[in-house]
Amino acid sequence: METSNNHYFSDMGIMLGRSMRHILRSMDTIMTVTITPIAMMLLFVYVFGGAIQTGTDNYVNYLLPGILLMAISSGIAYTSYRLFLDMQRGIFERFHSMPIARSAPLWGHVLTSLVSNAISTLVIILVALVMGFRSSAGILSWLAVAAILVLFTLALTWVAVIAGLSATSIDGATAFSYPLIFLPFISSAFVPTESMPPVVRAFAENQPVTSIVNAIRALLSSQPVGNDIWIALAWCVGIMLVAYVFAMRAYKNRA
Amino acid sequence: MLNNSIQVQGLQKSYKNLPVLQGVDFDVKKGSVFALLGSNGAGKTTIVKILTTLLKQDGGTATVNGFDVAVKPDDVRRSISLTGQFAAVDEILTGRENLIMIARLRHLKDPNHVADELLNRFSLTEAADRAVATYSGGMRRRLDIAMSLVGKPQVIFLDEPTTGLDPEGRIEVWKIVKELANNGTTVFLTTQYLEEAEQLADQIAILHEGKIIANGTLADLKKMFPPAKVEYVEKQPTLEEIFLAIIGKKEMK
Ligand SMILES: Nc1ncnc2c1ncn2[C@@H]1O[C@H](COP(=O)(O)OP(=O)(O)O)[C@@H](O)[C@H]1O
Ligand SMILES: [Mg+2]
Repeated sequence: METSNNHYFSDMGIMLGRSMRHILRSMDTIMTVTITPIAMMLLFVYVFGGAIQTGTDNYVNYLLPGILLMAISSGIAYTSYRLFLDMQRGIFERFHSMPIARSAPLWGHVLTSLVSNAISTLVIILVALVMGFRSSAGILSWLAVAAILVLFTLALTWVAVIAGLSATSIDGATAFSYPLIFLPFISSAFVPTESMPPVVRAFAENQPVTSIVNAIRALLSSQPVGNDIWIALAWCVGIMLVAYVFAMRAYKNRA
Repeated sequence: MLNNSIQVQGLQKSYKNLPVLQGVDFDVKKGSVFALLGSNGAGKTTIVKILTTLLKQDGGTATVNGFDVAVKPDDVRRSISLTGQFAAVDEILTGRENLIMIARLRHLKDPNHVADELLNRFSLTEAADRAVATYSGGMRRRLDIAMSLVGKPQVIFLDEPTTGLDPEGRIEVWKIVKELANNGTTVFLTTQYLEEAEQLADQIAILHEGKIIANGTLADLKKMFPPAKVEYVEKQPTLEEIFLAIIGKKEMK
């Protein structure tokens, strides 16, 4: 296979360094990714909040997990965008004709996705704190929340890689994220699923966002997480593995 | 001793049902400039991709620097560099950062020094710390080629290096290729223009309908063209000379 293994990690480090510069120089993309979810949060808390019955006294707490998932879902669109551009502009061909591991450039994008989504997640949590978000969670619960968010990001990132590698236009590379951004609306992210009509409710209760939201919500409020966390993890890992296999296949064929 | 940098025998490649290469043969002498001439869609990029290990052939063999591209791709990659048809530069990074990145990926001792030298050689020192997104087409191409020279590879592939450049930029690229040739690097370039091949190459091969239909020095090839074609060929430089005279550049050499 690849005989360049002795430099694999330093090469990956160089790719990550490249990506980090991309992020730091395009903070506007991170702002773009955070602004819509923050606007949603403001809208739901200050406009609809009074009318929504969730059975909690702190609606920001209730809302935050769904808002974070929404931000990540829109953030990964930039991964396919960057990947698509790299392929179009030929820089991947340059890398692939050099004596470096074939997968290093791809992992560079995946790591970028993790870092940039972590930054947007932090920004949103800070805004939520200003809006009244409070959590009684201990360090272990926070770590569990972080782990779920990282897995969720990775899962969607590999989906984004498929989109970026197989798209034929910039719009095509990013369009796949629109339905993902709307998944939280048909979940327990904003209103309890009990308030929904039966068919919608059935969908909402069985799609990944609901169990992920419920698990994070329970962790942040020190409630028992029950089965939700396992269902959430299963969804994330499942999507990640399937997407990874198809992404790698697309990478082999295309790049 | 190894006299040929590149040896291609019976190379075949089809995309689904579209046969592109149908038995391509040629050799490229070490330290020479070889021009592969062909119209748009002839299969030039396909050959470059096979020789640079980006694509696998369906049949035939190709060796670069003595290594079979299909069997020892890693050794081939250590011997070559590719300047693809579309500038392979990172737009967000600066020119200097692009060069340092490549130098680090090639594990060179002093990446900063390597970058400085190439920036200077390619007249990019002034623009070195600007994002490449702000560069002109000619500057981008220069940086692109500079990135290919990092680490002094023995064989350099240039896929249509002047397509899309204005005459001024084209002449800059020609100058660079001539310098490379003088330094003993083997240069494999593709072009759609006979004039360009004529300016640069020691050996010219014409790719048409999946095969090499002519291969030799300029003098060899000229004998094969009917007079009418020679006349057409002679016209093009004249137009460029007029253009260059108008914009006040010296006559090209
Ligand atoms: N990935 C591909 N899939 C299908 N057809 C392709 C692909 N790449 C190139 N072709 C076709 O193969 C032919 C040769 O392409 P190419 O090698 O790029 O030619 P050139 O570089 O001489 O312009 C063209 O007809 C082109 O449309
Ligand atoms: Mg081409």
